[in-house]
Amino acid sequence: MENGEVILKVENLVKLYGLNKQSARELLKKGADKKEVLRQTGVTVAVNNVSFDVKKGEIFVLIGLSGSGKSTVIRCVNMLQQPTSGKITFENQNIGSLSKSELIDFRRTKASMVFQNFGLMSHRNVLSNVAYGLEVRGVKKEEREKKAMEIIAMVGLDGWENKSILSLSGGMRQRVGIARALTNDPGMLLMDEPFSALDPLVRRDMQFELLSIQRKMNKTILFITHDIDEAFKLGDRIAIMRDGMIIQNGTAEEMASNPADDYVRDFIDSADKSHVLCAKNIMITPTSLIHTRDGAGNALNAMKKTGFSSTYVIDEKMRFVGVLTLEDAMKARAENLPIDSFIIKDADRVAPDAVVADIMPLAAHTRFPIAVVDEEGRLKGIVSKAAVLSSLS
Amino acid sequence: MPEWIMHFPESIYLNIKDAVDRFVLYITVHWDGFFDAITTGLRSFLLYINKFVSHIPWWLLIAIVFVLTLKICKKVTKAVLYSLMLFVIGAMGLWSYMNMTIAIVLTSVVLSLLIGFPIGVLISASKHADSVVKPILDMMQTMPAFVYLIPAVMLLGLGNVPAVIATTIYALPPIIRLTNHGIKQVDAEVVEAAEAFGSTKWQMLIKVQIPQALPTIMAGLNQTIMMALSMVVTCSMIGASGLGSEVIIAINRLEIGRGFSAGISVVILAVILDRITQGIYKQKDGETDGKRRSHFKSRKSGQALRFK
Repeated sequence: MENGEVILKVENLVKLYGLNKQSARELLKKGADKKEVLRQTGVTVAVNNVSFDVKKGEIFVLIGLSGSGKSTVIRCVNMLQQPTSGKITFENQNIGSLSKSELIDFRRTKASMVFQNFGLMSHRNVLSNVAYGLEVRGVKKEEREKKAMEIIAMVGLDGWENKSILSLSGGMRQRVGIARALTNDPGMLLMDEPFSALDPLVRRDMQFELLSIQRKMNKTILFITHDIDEAFKLGDRIAIMRDGMIIQNGTAEEMASNPADDYVRDFIDSADKSHVLCAKNIMITPTSLIHTRDGAGNALNAMKKTGFSSTYVIDEKMRFVGVLTLEDAMKARAENLPIDSFIIKDADRVAPDAVVADIMPLAAHTRFPIAVVDEEGRLKGIVSKAAVLSSLS
Repeated sequence: MPEWIMHFPESIYLNIKDAVDRFVLYITVHWDGFFDAITTGLRSFLLYINKFVSHIPWWLLIAIVFVLTLKICKKVTKAVLYSLMLFVIGAMGLWSYMNMTIAIVLTSVVLSLLIGFPIGVLISASKHADSVVKPILDMMQTMPAFVYLIPAVMLLGLGNVPAVIATTIYALPPIIRLTNHGIKQVDAEVVEAAEAFGSTKWQMLIKVQIPQALPTIMAGLNQTIMMALSMVVTCSMIGASGLGSEVIIAINRLEIGRGFSAGISVVILAVILDRITQGIYKQKDGETDGKRRSHFKSRKSGQALRFK
């Protein structure tokens, strides 16, 4: 199957919970909404007539608030939940008509899932969690562990393969979750709010990593989230769900320029986070730091160690003094002068609480990462151009 | 005022006793071979285990308890204390009685496990089975321990074998309940994940549910062992040998000292068995769940305080 061809087709998917499904369905046909159906028949409408396509090689994002039915949709794709009606086709195969053993085979080879709270087995270490999919498939131990190790290295967990799941942080646990899904080499990844349980900084790293993995392995991903920023950052195409229905389906640009209704507009408006994120959220610790009393030799050493062509200078009270570049440091050493006169003292600085929107103009023309400085003038961290830009995407 | 208002009318009489008597008579006559087979089978099993237990030299058993306690409780003081307590049983001249008690307990616990574990797994998987077994378990647990002696005696007579049967039945509920509970409380997302990765039902059970439930199952085993120990003592009333029979004899002859030393031996045995098996499942607990591990730590420190 070529990239861009439809790999997953969901048509008129309906999922109802309750006894009186027939009359509920008739009410839905007449156009009654979720509340009305629940009041009249006692049936909960989880998913109401949802249709969409996912093309091979793309990330398709389903977004909606909790209770909008998005998790039910993704569980219908691998039949963890039985749809009430509708048709799901994966690689021209009707999922609903699969026999029990065919379904197990489908889950083992075609669609692997990543879970919000990771769903990892705490009695197994990282390696055997990652190899689980191959294990149930009956792949030999050596072979499956070799494959698992490859994927573990790819998600950046090498060295952790024999560790217990409990010793890992949330971000690392989800890396294990993703590795477990990738080890099966599935045709499609089903990701059910995989990053929602992670804190914002880790979440951003993971989003970035997911994108790079996706590009490397050319995986089709059906991604569920309630975070519009995440949807915009990751999604090639996005569908917004409310009350079990898709209300708009398109690319991020289409949605931003032409929202289907006020609900979508509100959702998209909430996306611009440049007024919410502060410098302290996106800053990192500077890797090379020197003191004003240090000589030029020290400064050069510090830069050599980190490989950067500039270093941040602080005084004895951790107050930010300025930036010293490699050229200036070399000049200072050649002329055997104290570095003080070479420090660029008017380097850009911002407060920890400055919002990203305000930092942006500075970031556009700054030569060095911007210093984040508190009221006492102490250096708290630095914000790179890349960090400012990625916080917006 | 007619008399029947204040006193239960004698004219109403439901004769259950005779029916039961006839039923038991029928069974003992017609199912004789069946019960004989059970008795012979169980007796040889029990003898085998007893032989095994009594072939362990006293110093080796004490050493085993020392090493196990050290490994599981990680406290030298406890290890010394428990070995010393075991030594005291021997010093009181009750070593062989203790061996017999251990043999009956072991036999019953093995039987309880063999019967209870599969039932626990079954009722965790099937709501139907659950609705049948649960009320039976409730009934079993409200029934006084003595009542279990009656059918055992009636069908199998006096001795160690009916004691094993009564003990097995008495000790069955906790292992069933906690196996069931352990499997049901496995994180739903973990089960879902295993299903999503294409596990068959059997793979799910063996590779995910049982290992995840193991700490709880071990807690059930601990309770089963403790209940078996208490029942073995009661079973001396129907002729089970061991420490319990010493207690019974002491009661009959009003030999307070003899009763006390046998009683204290039972307590020592209970403490050692309890602590070691508890240590095992708490260790497992710690491995599988961070939250519960911290709970365990706090409990452990509480214990340490008490021992100071």
